[in-house]
Amino acid sequence: MLSPGFVLFLSAAYLGLLFAVARFGDARADAGKSIISANVYALSLAVYCTSWTFYGSVGRATSGGLSFLTIYIGPTLMLLCVGVIIKMIRISKAQRVTSIADFIASRYGKSQLLAGLVTVIAVIGVVPYIALQLKAVSASLQTLFQTSGGEFLPGMIDSTFIIAALLALFTILFGTRHLDATERHEGMVAAIAFESVVKLAAFLAVGVFVTYGMFGGLSDLFQRAAAAPELARLLQMDSSRAGTWTALILLSGLAIIFLPRQFQIIVVENVDEAHLKRAVWLFPLYLVAINIFVLPLALGGLLHFQGQDFNPDTFVLTLPLARGAESLALLVFIGGLSAATGMVIVETIALSTMVCNDLVMPWLLRARWLGVGERKDLSGVLLGIRRAAIILILLLGYIYFRAAGEAYALVGIGLISFAAVAQFAPAMFGGMYWKQGTRAGAVAGLLGGFAVWTYTLLLPSFAKSGWIANGFVEQGLWGIHALKAQALFGLSGLDEISHSLWWSLLANIGLYVLVSLYSKPDAVEAGQAERFVDIFRHGARDTDARLWRGTASVDELVSLLERFLGPFRARQQLAAYAAAQGTSDWHALPADAGFVRFAEAQLSGAIGSASARVMVASVAREEDLGLEEVLDILDEATQVRAYSRELESKSRELEAATADLRQANERLRELDRMKDDFISTVTHELRTPLTSIRALSEMLHDDPKMDLVDRKRFLGIIVNEAERLTRLINQILDMAKLESGRAEWTTAEVDLGEVARETMESLGQLFREKGVTLEGEIPEKGPVVLADRDRLTQVMINLLSNAVKFVPGETGLVQVRVMANASEVRVEVADNGPGLTVEECNVIFEKFRQGGNTMTNKPQGTGLGLPISRQIVEYFGGNLWVESRPGAGAKFIFTVPLPASEE
Amino acid sequence: MKRANPMRQRLAALGLLGVPLLTYPLLSLPQGEIAGIPAPYLYLFGMWILLIVLAAVVAERRGK
Repeated sequence: MLSPGFVLFLSAAYLGLLFAVARFGDARADAGKSIISANVYALSLAVYCTSWTFYGSVGRATSGGLSFLTIYIGPTLMLLCVGVIIKMIRISKAQRVTSIADFIASRYGKSQLLAGLVTVIAVIGVVPYIALQLKAVSASLQTLFQTSGGEFLPGMIDSTFIIAALLALFTILFGTRHLDATERHEGMVAAIAFESVVKLAAFLAVGVFVTYGMFGGLSDLFQRAAAAPELARLLQMDSSRAGTWTALILLSGLAIIFLPRQFQIIVVENVDEAHLKRAVWLFPLYLVAINIFVLPLALGGLLHFQGQDFNPDTFVLTLPLARGAESLALLVFIGGLSAATGMVIVETIALSTMVCNDLVMPWLLRARWLGVGERKDLSGVLLGIRRAAIILILLLGYIYFRAAGEAYALVGIGLISFAAVAQFAPAMFGGMYWKQGTRAGAVAGLLGGFAVWTYTLLLPSFAKSGWIANGFVEQGLWGIHALKAQALFGLSGLDEISHSLWWSLLANIGLYVLVSLYSKPDAVEAGQAERFVDIFRHGARDTDARLWRGTASVDELVSLLERFLGPFRARQQLAAYAAAQGTSDWHALPADAGFVRFAEAQLSGAIGSASARVMVASVAREEDLGLEEVLDILDEATQVRAYSRELESKSRELEAATADLRQANERLRELDRMKDDFISTVTHELRTPLTSIRALSEMLHDDPKMDLVDRKRFLGIIVNEAERLTRLINQILDMAKLESGRAEWTTAEVDLGEVARETMESLGQLFREKGVTLEGEIPEKGPVVLADRDRLTQVMINLLSNAVKFVPGETGLVQVRVMANASEVRVEVADNGPGLTVEECNVIFEKFRQGGNTMTNKPQGTGLGLPISRQIVEYFGGNLWVESRPGAGAKFIFTVPLPASEE
Repeated sequence: MKRANPMRQRLAALGLLGVPLLTYPLLSLPQGEIAGIPAPYLYLFGMWILLIVLAAVVAERRGK
């Protein structure tokens, strides 16, 4: 048996547990060990699922079939635009934004007017939504007691009021423990994540119970529903509602980031951007899980309570109660309580911050100049205002609940709130991506959209509740049909939400864009626009300091901070700032632009950007920079960034060029060294024959009586050496020409076989003198290559004369073979000389290196023949190399490519 | 200039893909029932879960 006392005790115990979780979270945060992980962050996003989801979705499914899913598909798609959300988070962290009102006000020049306007819209739009939560809790309590026959609370005590009071107390304890410059409440986030788990578990439990306990599973349920004609239509899609479907996806997609509580959780309470990576799929998965049993529950309720009087919004409770499953019903009640309290806590904290910073503070500050409250420490006042705001907002919610009561279904109220916060979209998106958007435009857009929303949605809902005459809905304002509230200008065929969304966004976007284009931003606005739109580029905040110029005193700013943050927190922040600046004592800090920025940022966290700006301006004499100058500074900053990027790329290019140069220099030095070597070798080579010529000439000169035989022998040697000298000089010149590329080439068709035969013939005498056999294996005709005939002859002569030099007399054998394959001609000159070592095979192609031991044997050549030959062969695209082993003769081979075939 | 984050772009592309998949006129395609479950119910939840799984794969993949 469920007694009211027990249920209330259970509720209080559950709230106590939540509070314990929150205290634990706060304690861990204070100790620097945050429990906010990616999973906790993702779960806390599920504060989106209020009691409207928990109870209302089933009710909506009983009339609209699957259309309730749009409310959850929209957020799924919106969250996938991670870039937008990360941009919001970055901006909020850089600008110390603590609410959506602050965000919009800060973007459009820290405008108090805009901050107040957004706050008013948010409060008007969201208070009914809070009332809805109270109504849900109250309805669930009633259901629990009615069905179980228990007595309701005795006397005049109203259970909903008790719940509202409890929630207010709870929120105050949670949200305003102390003043934090970042407005972050880790304990609260932990409690919300915990509640999300509870409500999901409760909903899944009842879903499984009904689907598998009361019915025979999903397909049984669907089969029985399909059999009932009035239920069958819930199972299929209704194409005539395509427009509504899309509009609701858009609406809920905007709500997931612009509802004050969602902005609070997603943006303000975000500890680490990386957590979004988890939230982007875990939160949608949560939505799928909590929705999968909604339609089965709706059908189950309709089937089970057929023909009875029932309220589909309470099916999740009445179905288990109908089966006597009281403990499950209690679990469901706790789940619903979780959903409601989570929403109310976060929403009221977010709204109270907005009301305090953007409505009360500006008014109070102005009043203070009249002499009110020259208090030393205002931080206590600030907390007091927030607490009062929380109580006020919940009281408003309660009053609305009492007044509206049963007037309008749960779902209707939720969507009206969604449509209200959707009005923030143009100013928000425009502010983040469009620098030209101005304050005047944002104010006009918001006012226009809000007015249309009020006329087409809020007032008609009042009319439905019977508070005002419904003439403007039925006949149109002043009887003008075009002004019918839910068929504006004759636009009909849409449901009221899509109708209102369409017209209000049209007015909002139209006015925002039009007025923005025809108005001029002031200096502060232009600066803020730059910082918001280019947040990813302004990471280093390099321009911030330069956008402020004036005089200030540290003492005045510090006393300002102490007044609003309290002396303790102010000193903490100052010490942290001083440490970041590299000084230990904040008294020694200069009162420069950076310090003013710091003070303003700290104040922004506490009292909102608009009020903070006013306060700082009151103690610091700021010079007005003027729009032109601000734009110049911003341009300059952009240009400096562009230049520095350019400089970076230039310096990279320079480095690459330097590396190239260094390499080239290395190569040059190597060549220089080689040239030196070459010259010293050449001079050495030239000196050898010269020396012998000179010695012999001197002998001839000094000894006129030398006999004729000796004289003739000496002269013979002189002639030989002179010839060698000439040859050497010729070859050096030839080599130099080849290497420098100045050699003259005449390219023509050359029959290589003919060249080989001719060379063999011309050198035949040389071979015969030494008694060396010369054999040829050469085809009759061809092969024909494109080359310089004289040069190839030079190569052949070189190879043959080399061979004859090294083979032994009488037994010597030199073989010449010419053959061709498909691509090249191969010429081999093989001898049976002493052969070459592996090392020599390479060395002999270097200049002035000769076969044999040059130290002991008399050089027999110039040492340039083979290098020249190799140059020639390589010029024609071939190769020259030697294959040899010591004692096994040497085989010199060169190839010349055949000309490409004509075919 | 910083290059745009590829993960964010992939996720945004998934979001854009989701819009036509989860709205009309494609939604009017599934009709009747499969294995006793209404086809629209299967299609909506199936497509939705598919998008989420793809998003999870993209988001949780270790960046190189």
